[in-house]
Amino acid sequence: MLTKKQLFTRGMLDISPHMLSVIPFGIICGAIGVELGFHPYLVYAMSFIIFGGASQIVFLQLLSAGATSLVAVASVGIINSRHLLYGAVLSEYLEKLSFIKKLLISYVVVDQGFAESNKFFKKNRNEEFLHYHLIGTGCTMWVCWQIATLSGIVLGSFVPEELGLKFAIPLTFIAIVVQDLKKLDHVIVMITCGLSSLLFFDAPFKSYIIISPIIALFVAALLLRLKK
Amino acid sequence: MTLTAIIFAGILTYFTRMTMIALISRDMLGDKIKAVLEYVPSAVFPAIIFPGIFINDFGAFIEMNDPKIFGALVAIIVGYFSKNIIATISAGLVSYWFLIFVVFN
Repeated sequence: MLTKKQLFTRGMLDISPHMLSVIPFGIICGAIGVELGFHPYLVYAMSFIIFGGASQIVFLQLLSAGATSLVAVASVGIINSRHLLYGAVLSEYLEKLSFIKKLLISYVVVDQGFAESNKFFKKNRNEEFLHYHLIGTGCTMWVCWQIATLSGIVLGSFVPEELGLKFAIPLTFIAIVVQDLKKLDHVIVMITCGLSSLLFFDAPFKSYIIISPIIALFVAALLLRLKK
Repeated sequence: MTLTAIIFAGILTYFTRMTMIALISRDMLGDKIKAVLEYVPSAVFPAIIFPGIFINDFGAFIEMNDPKIFGALVAIIVGYFSKNIIATISAGLVSYWFLIFVVFN
């Protein structure tokens, strides 16, 4: 049985390699916000209040392009709706927590944290304080995201644009799913999602980000039925 | 004004994170749904990966000889065999930089 501290540390260690892509991306997000002409405090407030990577950039880009606040808010909601799926997966492991603890832990659920904690949970179902792993991944992400966006806001885009560091984001997610390429059913689900995301890329409110997972999960359900 | 919008966007985002964790009990989901949920990472992350590779900053499809495709393939191969996140990201970035700064320069 691992202690709370060991689980928290394990979570920190499991997510830290992703900071290689998260930190440059955070710096870019902060710098873009200021370049688009928004007050630095507002750009930073987003990292604290929304705490959601790409959705923060989309929000500011929409507003600066003249979209209404309603459209910008709706887009953030749709982009981040994928967290509903993460929550559905994680709920199994967080069931025993009190309602208040569930409310608090929810704030730090992020893509990479979900991915790494979910992998850990699957292998260590019987640990008593499993949620400390999720707190570890989430808090590491939170601290790095705040520092990275703040640096981008204060120092401007000191990461040279020619480096194309935004490309590190797809790479980080490749690192997350690459081992599942061993399983044919997962490969089919991934390709379905990927192709759908390209097909629906121009759908309103960036909704491709939730449309394509729904299509892919539907295909997964069909595959499960075929397997039987 | 903008701050109000940020607060609403934040509340909405928080609800996407909290709803399934705090308001839904696991018993409400049947075994079939649980089995499908096993596929969530494979069903969600390619929607971030594919556009990040195949669509450029202006929302247009890239050419088939774009360095990003090569970088992604290198990352997949290195990631598959090394099982190491840092190696995967670095290999993808370095091979991408090699193409844009050395080969195509």
